[in-house]
Amino acid sequence: MTEQLSVTGLTAGYGGPPIIEDISLSVEPGEIAVVLGPNGAGKSTLLKTIFALTSVSAGTIRLGERELTECRTSALVPLGVSAVPQNRNVFPSMTVDENLDVGTYAAPPADQKATRERVLSLFPDLKGKLRQPAGELSGGQRQMVAMGRALMSEPKLVLLDEPTAGLSPAYLERIFDLLLDIRKTGITILMVEQNARQALQIADHGHILVNGRNHVSGTGEELLGDKDVRRLFLGGAAG
Amino acid sequence: MELTGLFFYVVSLLIMGGIYALLCLALNVQWGMGGLFNAGIAGFYGVGAYTSAILSTAASGRHLGGFSMPVPIGLVGAALVAGITGWAVARICVRLKSDYLAMASIGIAEILRLVFVNESWLTNGSLGVSRIPRPLSDFTTGRMSDVVFLGFVWVIVLLVYVATSRLYDSPWGRSLRAIRDNEASALAAGKNVEKYRIQTFVIGCAVMGVAGGLSAHYFRFLSPTATDPLLTTFLVWVMLMAGGSGNNRGAILGALTIWTLWSVTEIFTNRLPPEWATRSSFIRMLLVGLLLQFVLQRFRSGLLPEKSPPVRFRKD
Amino acid sequence: MSEFINFYLFPALTIGSIYALGAVGISMIFGILRFAHFAHGDLMTLGTYGILAAAALMPVNPLLLVPFGMALTVFAALFVDRYFYRPLRDLPTIYTVISSFGIALVFRSLIQLVWGSENQVLVAGVRPPLILFDTFRVSVLHLQAIVTTAVIAVLLHFFLTATKTGRSMRAVADDPELAEVSGLDTAKVVRWTWIIGAALAAVAGAFAALNTSAHPNLGWNLLLPMFAAAILGGIGKPMGAMAGGFIIGMAEELSSYHWIGDEALISPSYKTAVAFVIMISLLIFRPQGLFKGRLL
Repeated sequence: MTEQLSVTGLTAGYGGPPIIEDISLSVEPGEIAVVLGPNGAGKSTLLKTIFALTSVSAGTIRLGERELTECRTSALVPLGVSAVPQNRNVFPSMTVDENLDVGTYAAPPADQKATRERVLSLFPDLKGKLRQPAGELSGGQRQMVAMGRALMSEPKLVLLDEPTAGLSPAYLERIFDLLLDIRKTGITILMVEQNARQALQIADHGHILVNGRNHVSGTGEELLGDKDVRRLFLGGAAG
Repeated sequence: MELTGLFFYVVSLLIMGGIYALLCLALNVQWGMGGLFNAGIAGFYGVGAYTSAILSTAASGRHLGGFSMPVPIGLVGAALVAGITGWAVARICVRLKSDYLAMASIGIAEILRLVFVNESWLTNGSLGVSRIPRPLSDFTTGRMSDVVFLGFVWVIVLLVYVATSRLYDSPWGRSLRAIRDNEASALAAGKNVEKYRIQTFVIGCAVMGVAGGLSAHYFRFLSPTATDPLLTTFLVWVMLMAGGSGNNRGAILGALTIWTLWSVTEIFTNRLPPEWATRSSFIRMLLVGLLLQFVLQRFRSGLLPEKSPPVRFRKD
Repeated sequence: MSEFINFYLFPALTIGSIYALGAVGISMIFGILRFAHFAHGDLMTLGTYGILAAAALMPVNPLLLVPFGMALTVFAALFVDRYFYRPLRDLPTIYTVISSFGIALVFRSLIQLVWGSENQVLVAGVRPPLILFDTFRVSVLHLQAIVTTAVIAVLLHFFLTATKTGRSMRAVADDPELAEVSGLDTAKVVRWTWIIGAALAAVAGAFAALNTSAHPNLGWNLLLPMFAAAILGGIGKPMGAMAGGFIIGMAEELSSYHWIGDEALISPSYKTAVAFVIMISLLIFRPQGLFKGRLL
């Protein structure tokens, strides 16, 4: 189970000049890691690159012993990596139940019923809405459907792109609590966030990108206490 | 004797080649500059043909007419009516994905064909409009009038070529290409994308109308078969693709090359035994269809590629 | 009343069935591969001639030979997708539209080359109509078309909602990028889209030819109403496309009924225009279709 995600010297972009350059970071199994940075720092591009949606010009991505750099997007789910994109994260015309079901197609779990029970116990809000089209749900509920779908394949690692973007403060808390619940089940989480303070409070490690490069890394507490980080991302106010 | 025969063959080849060149230049404005897929060229061509024919013929009891206007006025009328038809289609479809414009334009072409066939008071139905005058017909007689008509057609081709080339390099044309290559950033730069696209489509349709008018004056006769989508719409697309979309000279070269190939193969296939001669036209169609596939896959920039490279943009 | 039902309603439902079966494929291809498939009408014609060829060898009811038509259309669809559409997949989809426009011509000229361009009939002779409740006279063919389409609609609904492949198809139609991120097998989805679309096109072609006669322009002439049906039903919504097919078919046929006085409301020669007008009004007022399809 010691499957560490390690990214070394990663340079990637969309065919033009690279968006991220020489990025290195590692995520220990079972921890929550958060990637922070100003707009345009390449945070989402980093997640997309791990998910094989950009073109890599240098560096490697490994999960444990397994090299992921050359994998195609559709091959990653069976290897235990799931992703939740930022916008358009559900299949809107399909019901919540169908959305969850689609999550099992690429990597069917051994006991589908048990997995479904477990996922639904994480998101009790969804239980009453299983037959509703996902497109009719609120933003927060859609985020839960998307996370649920990603968990249905029993992944080792989940990538989340700004899971709280556009959510009300109440939902924001819920989502962060859920992430802690998911972590308890032993799943590794790597996410990009804008709400730096809350994210660092629940994260084991944080990585700050600036201009597509590594800037600072440290534990959540270290970064919360770092003067530079506070000035840049936490609005200067005391934490 | 052989030589004069050859001469007049070349004249007729170049007249039709010129009319196709106009259609290609028109399509190049729509597709090459504006990125708009018009699958109903035959419809706009037909509207132009009937407009010019009706305006310029003498009175006939069989269809609307008797205006006996000079041919140039007929052609202006053709441009106007075809342009307005194009405007109506573009108004509705231009803000949608280009596939919808393709469906709507093929639809309007189909409806127009129904009108040409069914509204006998207007078009004399499938019997067609005859005795359509040629321009400058007072000065020439017999086969020489073909030569004069050849000059007339190519003067118009030249005018349209100059006009569209200036359009291409004008600020208007640059905005248009910016929209074609990256709609999002053109929108962000404050361009009224919809307005530009409608203008493009209307200009193209008007020129197609003129081409239709010229064909009516050339054949002196017009029936609904002239609006056959295969021989107009389809062939024009192949011509522009092969010639080089985005390049006006490419459009003209493509028209001449493909039309020559099309006509010359007819000479050979006419010598085949009768049971094969009828099938040969299907073989030609088949080959043109496959030629389009080849051009799309391997030869997308055409004989004369667009000079200024299109603005590259990435998906994201 | 019985005149209306006998001479307008049943023929309208038959035409509607033909449009419905064709529009399913157009809608699915538009929803999943994101392009308007201009060769779909000619794919239908190909199916018709496949059945015609089998009928020349086996003198049985042509409806029993539909599988031969299906085999031909499915093969043709997979072939053109592999060799003509797939190489253009990375370009803007409009290139694939242009390509399909050319493929329509290729199909049609192949049909003319192999089978000639004359009208051919699948079944010679006239069969007496069935008489129901002493008043309704229904031709056997119309009944066959309507019942077959209804059965196909039920099966298709089951396939799309209850099977893994069907749900994957809906997922790709909803959001192709998310489907890829979810690890779905997009190539398989594309393959099934063609198989189902082409197979139903063959059924539509069979009924279209039985209803009138087989000729090389059979399917091309039906393309516009089928596009209209697909838009009406909402792109990417196969069941919507079926409903759209019936609505367009009814609208076309019933527009020539003498609703007011003794004259047909709209001259039958303008039937095609009805579909076009519906399509244009939809594009103006409700481009997502009646059933909230996606707007591409």
